[in-house]
Amino acid sequence: MMSMQEFFAMGGYAFYVWTSYGLTLLVLLLNIIIPIVQRKQFFRQSLKRKR
Amino acid sequence: MFLVPNAVVRFFHRMASPPHFYVFTECVMPWLIVIFALLSAAGLYGGLYLAPADYQQGDSYRIIYIHVPSAWMSLFIYVAMAITAAIGLIWRIKLAEIMAISSAPIGASFTFIALVTGSLWGKPMWGTWWVWDARLTSELILLFLYLGVIGLYGAIDDKRVASKAIAILALVGVVNIPIIHYSVEWWNTLHQGPTVTKMDKPSIHVSMLIPLLFMALSFKFYYLIALLQRVRIELLRRERNSQWVKTMLLESK
Repeated sequence: MMSMQEFFAMGGYAFYVWTSYGLTLLVLLLNIIIPIVQRKQFFRQSLKRKR
Repeated sequence: MFLVPNAVVRFFHRMASPPHFYVFTECVMPWLIVIFALLSAAGLYGGLYLAPADYQQGDSYRIIYIHVPSAWMSLFIYVAMAITAAIGLIWRIKLAEIMAISSAPIGASFTFIALVTGSLWGKPMWGTWWVWDARLTSELILLFLYLGVIGLYGAIDDKRVASKAIAILALVGVVNIPIIHYSVEWWNTLHQGPTVTKMDKPSIHVSMLIPLLFMALSFKFYYLIALLQRVRIELLRRERNSQWVKTMLLESK
């Protein structure tokens, strides 16, 4: 059984491995968040134009 | 044409119509998210926890589970973008044009991830963040092609014209795809050769290969999710004066 500490240490390569995974997560999340923000903007602006 | 069943033809006709497409994508989205979550959970658990450390590279090789699927996606999305752009260029199908431009930022993201994770893997293993190796250079050119497509589309106000312009750029850029794929064989420099995508048996142990395939499949589903999100907003923008968007806006109040 691997301990938590051992798992996060990644055999001494923690910086390289976790930076890679963290950065990937960040970029993939941004690609989901941006369309949601744009959608909200579109709805807000279109409704404003109507009034 | 005669071999395609009627139901399939009808399905594609309906899907090419923006309001139908909009409603349909809203229905499939939760399913896509569930499949993506399951696949990536299985892939990450297998890759980060179950798979053993590499006998030469130790735990640093675990970057493979995002590096390789991202690199595959960078090529896959480029081809998808070029094909949809060509369909838009030839048959002037609005939805195909929108799919082409919506693919570009996602493809650029995966290309960026492949380059950066490759760099983070290269530093401890090769002793350098970057070399002008054929694989690395051609992948960097791919990033510039994606950025060129995004920039060109943004620079032209008439989006139908812009779609024509990016279709030509995307199609010319397709020549880079085989160059990237075969670069490691044509110019044998620093980047290693293929371990999975070759005619022979993959030179990677099953316990390491299975999580890799899970991650590759989960990234495909991620692409579908991110693509549909972007297509939907671009569709709303282009169709903002049509009746179905107006009705939807009224209902949303």
